[in-house]
Amino acid sequence: MLARGFSDPVHDAQGVFRAVMDALARPGTLQPLAATLEPPAPLTPELAAIALALADADAALWLDEALRHDPAVADFLRFHTGARIADAPSEAAFALVSDAAACPDFAAFAQGTPAYPDRSATLVLAVCDLSDVEGWRLDGPGIRESARLAAAPLPADMLARLARNHAGFPQGIDLILAAPGRLAALPRSTRVQEG
Amino acid sequence: MNAATGYNFAYLDEGTKRMIRRAILKAIAIPGYQVPFASREMPMPYGWGTGGVQVTAAILGRADVLKVIDQGSDDTTNAVSIRAFFARTADVAVTTRTREATVIQTRHRIPEAPLSEGQVLVYQVPIPEPLRFLEPRETETRQLHALAEYGLMHVKLYEDIARHGHIATTYAYPVEVAGRYVMDPSPTPKFDNPKMDDCPALQLFGAGREKRIYAVPPHTRVRSLDFEDHPFRVQSFDRPCALCGAEGVYLDEVLLDDAGGRMFVCSDTDHCEERRADGHVGTGGMEAAHV
Repeated sequence: MLARGFSDPVHDAQGVFRAVMDALARPGTLQPLAATLEPPAPLTPELAAIALALADADAALWLDEALRHDPAVADFLRFHTGARIADAPSEAAFALVSDAAACPDFAAFAQGTPAYPDRSATLVLAVCDLSDVEGWRLDGPGIRESARLAAAPLPADMLARLARNHAGFPQGIDLILAAPGRLAALPRSTRVQEG
Repeated sequence: MNAATGYNFAYLDEGTKRMIRRAILKAIAIPGYQVPFASREMPMPYGWGTGGVQVTAAILGRADVLKVIDQGSDDTTNAVSIRAFFARTADVAVTTRTREATVIQTRHRIPEAPLSEGQVLVYQVPIPEPLRFLEPRETETRQLHALAEYGLMHVKLYEDIARHGHIATTYAYPVEVAGRYVMDPSPTPKFDNPKMDDCPALQLFGAGREKRIYAVPPHTRVRSLDFEDHPFRVQSFDRPCALCGAEGVYLDEVLLDDAGGRMFVCSDTDHCEERRADGHVGTGGMEAAHV
């Protein structure tokens, strides 16, 4: 049987959006996200909530290999969002990545163009651990002096990837890191350095 | 249930909200860059804040407290009707107090009271493109932004100096955001420009007719364009507010009669009321008490 969507579609979606908006506006802060969904595994409740809040027929989703493995995940997302599940990562507005350590290279996703840098993907990575008291040092718009962020699991070369992504500003991808019950974001405008 | 039945929460349908929300997220990620969006017809004419209203409708939740100002005032037609619009369609709490608000929609002023973390300031923007009066073609201005080629704007400011002896732009004074995009801060008096720099609140800009959304994240560097030998300066007033005696605030001129009587009062009505409630009285304060 198909798992249910938001119990209150209007206000649940607004709550998820505001958490994502606050996370992007203040990189390095942890925003609470009470995701009550019970989507088919390995789709996490947080990834599902972000997809249901923001994806639709105008904003295609891309699923990583782990999420594509069980067709129930795509069925769930298609039914509740109406979004197309893109075959190629470059066609997606949002990429859902449940196996964050195996996230494809950022260059595979839409980067926007010099004239339209907004035509770029947002990657949503499921992580287990998320902390704002240790880890990388962040600075840039939205950050008062500096902030810290640690997340796991992530690809081994994550720092180099984030540096390349930031160097391409204003083009690039934006990153949402979603752990159980909370999320943080790293927009392309954030400079990330070793802690 | 909403007081105005038959509408979705905050008037807009959910598909429209999602589209606007996606635009807002990209606007935040690329500070100062104008994100195109599919602006809707709103139940008010263009020029009355259709862009700001759509941004507010997309972010507003039940727990928000909304304040709307028009030139600093909570009591003018535009502010009153937009506040009533959301009180009816979203049933949210409304306030005139800057400190109590979580979302402040503004038409061309930034409140005098310092904004705080967690607040969102939504600007109504008539013409979002700072280069538009210098280059009418969108294809060209887009290219200029892509190349960060802002020489035109400096020429414009230079011509001001050549003609008037100083930079004569007093409102919609161009700013550079986070060292990259040049942005129109909407027609706020340049007096308010310094408040945009390192502001703890998130600033969102919505232009309905021109179909653009842009943003300045909190604690972001916003620099008013200038020259080394002609540094940016704000207006100053040679007298305090006649009602509350405040100095260093933006004043409006109010005509009192047809014999040349006039007074200068705070443009920010909430700031002025708060000061008067605290016992501050200006030179015209007594007269005002019985108007």
